[in-house]
Amino acid sequence: MTENLKIIEIEVLRYNPESDREPHLEVYKVPFSDDMSVLQGAQYIKDNFDGSLTFRWSCRMAICGSCGMMINGIPKLSCETFLRDYYPNRIRLEAMHHFPIEKDLVVDLSGFIEKLESIQPYIIPKEPRSLEQGEYLQSPKQFSDYIQFTSCINCTLCYAACPQFGLNPDFIGPGAIALLHRYNMDSRDGAAAERMELVASEEGVFHCSAVGYCSEVCPKHVDPANAVNINKTNAARDYFLRFLSPKGGSK
Amino acid sequence: METIKTDVAIIGAGGAGLRAAIAVAESNPSLKVALISKVYPMRSHTVAAEGGAAGVKKPTDSLEYHFHDTVGGGDWLCEQDVVEYFVSQAPVELTQLEHWGCPWSRTEDGHVNVRAFGGMKIERTWFAADKSGFHILHTLFQTSIKYPSITRFDEHFCVDLVEEDGRCLGVVVIETSTGEFRLIEAKSVIIATGGAGRVFRESTLGGIVTGDGMALAYRHGVALRDMEFVQYHPTCMPVTGLLFTEACRGEGGILVNKDGYRYLQDYGLGPVQEKPKNKYMELGPRDRLSQAFFFEQQNGRTIEHPSLGSVVHLDLRHLGAAYLHERLPLIYEMAQTFMGIDPAKEPIPVRPGVHYTMGGIKVDGNCAASLKGLYAIGECASVGLHGANRLGSNSLTELLVFGKVAGVNAARNAETATAGSSSASLLKQAQAVEQRVTALKTKTGGTEKISVIRKEMAQTMEEGCGIYRVEKSMQATCDKLAELRERFKHINIDDKSSVWNSDWLTAIELDYQLDVALSMAHSAINRKESRGAHQRLDGFEQRDDVNFLKHSEAYYVAGSTPRIALGDVKITKSQPAARVYGAAGEKADQERKESHD
Repeated sequence: MTENLKIIEIEVLRYNPESDREPHLEVYKVPFSDDMSVLQGAQYIKDNFDGSLTFRWSCRMAICGSCGMMINGIPKLSCETFLRDYYPNRIRLEAMHHFPIEKDLVVDLSGFIEKLESIQPYIIPKEPRSLEQGEYLQSPKQFSDYIQFTSCINCTLCYAACPQFGLNPDFIGPGAIALLHRYNMDSRDGAAAERMELVASEEGVFHCSAVGYCSEVCPKHVDPANAVNINKTNAARDYFLRFLSPKGGSK
Repeated sequence: METIKTDVAIIGAGGAGLRAAIAVAESNPSLKVALISKVYPMRSHTVAAEGGAAGVKKPTDSLEYHFHDTVGGGDWLCEQDVVEYFVSQAPVELTQLEHWGCPWSRTEDGHVNVRAFGGMKIERTWFAADKSGFHILHTLFQTSIKYPSITRFDEHFCVDLVEEDGRCLGVVVIETSTGEFRLIEAKSVIIATGGAGRVFRESTLGGIVTGDGMALAYRHGVALRDMEFVQYHPTCMPVTGLLFTEACRGEGGILVNKDGYRYLQDYGLGPVQEKPKNKYMELGPRDRLSQAFFFEQQNGRTIEHPSLGSVVHLDLRHLGAAYLHERLPLIYEMAQTFMGIDPAKEPIPVRPGVHYTMGGIKVDGNCAASLKGLYAIGECASVGLHGANRLGSNSLTELLVFGKVAGVNAARNAETATAGSSSASLLKQAQAVEQRVTALKTKTGGTEKISVIRKEMAQTMEEGCGIYRVEKSMQATCDKLAELRERFKHINIDDKSSVWNSDWLTAIELDYQLDVALSMAHSAINRKESRGAHQRLDGFEQRDDVNFLKHSEAYYVAGSTPRIALGDVKITKSQPAARVYGAAGEKADQERKESHD
């Protein structure tokens, strides 16, 4: 890892709320090898130049969802983005857009967590089953209906990409809607109607302007834009069915 | 300092902590739960577990088989009553997780599917593709949201326990986003902080796996048991240490050396079978496979890669791209992203990396520690399930089975415990903790860098406590750690701020790590035999049941080296025997069966 080191310039948007009035850029010259990720670049800076540089990270393998940031203006997981792909140009790291910055590359995620909690992200059984009865059966079709939407790692890159979330921080947003859809599509669950109220609410899907950038930046191919779209159709259908049937339209 | 009163405080919100929180909430909804995590729960390292969770599922399998695989796999250092309880509850807990929505992979007829895993006689590993830990963690986290009695303290860093009259009565935490200290008073405290493998260099583990909870309990007089048993996973990405799951081999992947030879047949795991066979070859236990690598390397039969170092090849090509995408999608992506390799077309270079700490906070079968009111679960604990070597896929199930046990017992304790006599005295302790921990940050004139001490610690652990060990290098490691312990007193922290001071928190973690590393090195040098993951090459190559069919117990001695004691092992129905796999293992199984008939 130490042979043939090249030097890349990493520009980081720094912000310490206790001493800075506003964020500012600092540049570091980081020696790197071709296998080094952007995260490892940031770690190099912290270990060797400035221990106060602050960012979240843990697993290093794109599954814990901690290390999202703007890399040259695009929301990415820094652990699976490589310095070699930017060299010899300078690379710029900034906190994820659309979130309040807490410090340097760390953003305030409490709003996202509240949204996640608000969608009832758990099975509310359609038919309760005792443990003695064993597992619920799910056919390959039933399984494939929801499995894609289980892959969300809550990295919130899709929120950093979403122009509507940027305009209105109350918008439930792509990630949480994808998760809501995951439970609505699960054959074990029977609470789709309850969740659809939130989908069709003021903070729900109709905020989406169908840019689709959320799905483009999703590192796990969850395709939240698709989940949002399906729910727009469902919510519109529910809206009209409400006039026809006392129980509304959801499954 | 703000004081918060709760009934049960849980430190760590990975699989074990979340399962415990749910168990408290379900067993008594009127009890308040404080669920504390230094990260957001879904970042916990459970997320990175890949292969699956073991529990008897097939009609051809039995609890007996799972018991014997686990006890033999642990080289008879398991608490057998604990193992017996574990195997009986495993299928129940895995079914419970299915009811909560875990997307276990299915068979065509809609049932949960199981796959083969190392050291397991019958396929019994429930899996969610190769993201089992991710799905288990998210299922538990999302389910936990259902219970109003659970209050989460996300991104709160635990710096100490408080106790009075021999009872643990709460924890002191720092809120990361402000740097403020809080005292959380509780009648029961559960530690569920995960392993400590980051004290080594090349590991599969996330940056947060720093042994915090182990060090906390240890400093309060609780023994750390069997700390010398550190698992090297045989198939990791060189340099980074990232994990290529054992399920690669469960699904039929093979390991070959530089000659394209399936070398495991030379290490008591053969002969080579036409199709993958349980407990043969690549489906042997992890310790044996990592040990085989060591000798291949010693004998010049590994592949010498210019930038990766010594490796062997994990070959999945014969499984085909479509099957790999279905069963091992994460592995496929990781090989492509991090190594530029298409595993359907090229073999993957791998070598062993540190993966798991078998040892931990000594607890009984109720998950209770020697300090009253304190419980521990999961990788930070030693409940006695894994012995000297853990079988792959037993630990995810452990989080569930013992997470529930700890939750239920902590709830019962909180119901019956009389109210703490003196909040004032607890607050005083907490204030002393604040002073001590803050001094680490505010003091000036330090000359040592955190990153340098951390690097030297990891280096010496690898040299002295690796796959094979000798007295001389273990002693060197003990000495080096003592030196680092001393140098740590002179560290410098660049960041003096309050908000999100990760420089400071990393230093506190390093402080924990040094204590845990010392307990490992001293337990290792004291064990003069070879068993499971502890293998010596200096005259103690054999297992010694006469002197060492014993647990190691490391006790903290302030300002000095740990005191190591030996504790008894609970043996119920499986008497220690030769630990054999492959054809020899099958023969031994047969003989055991006949002697029982």
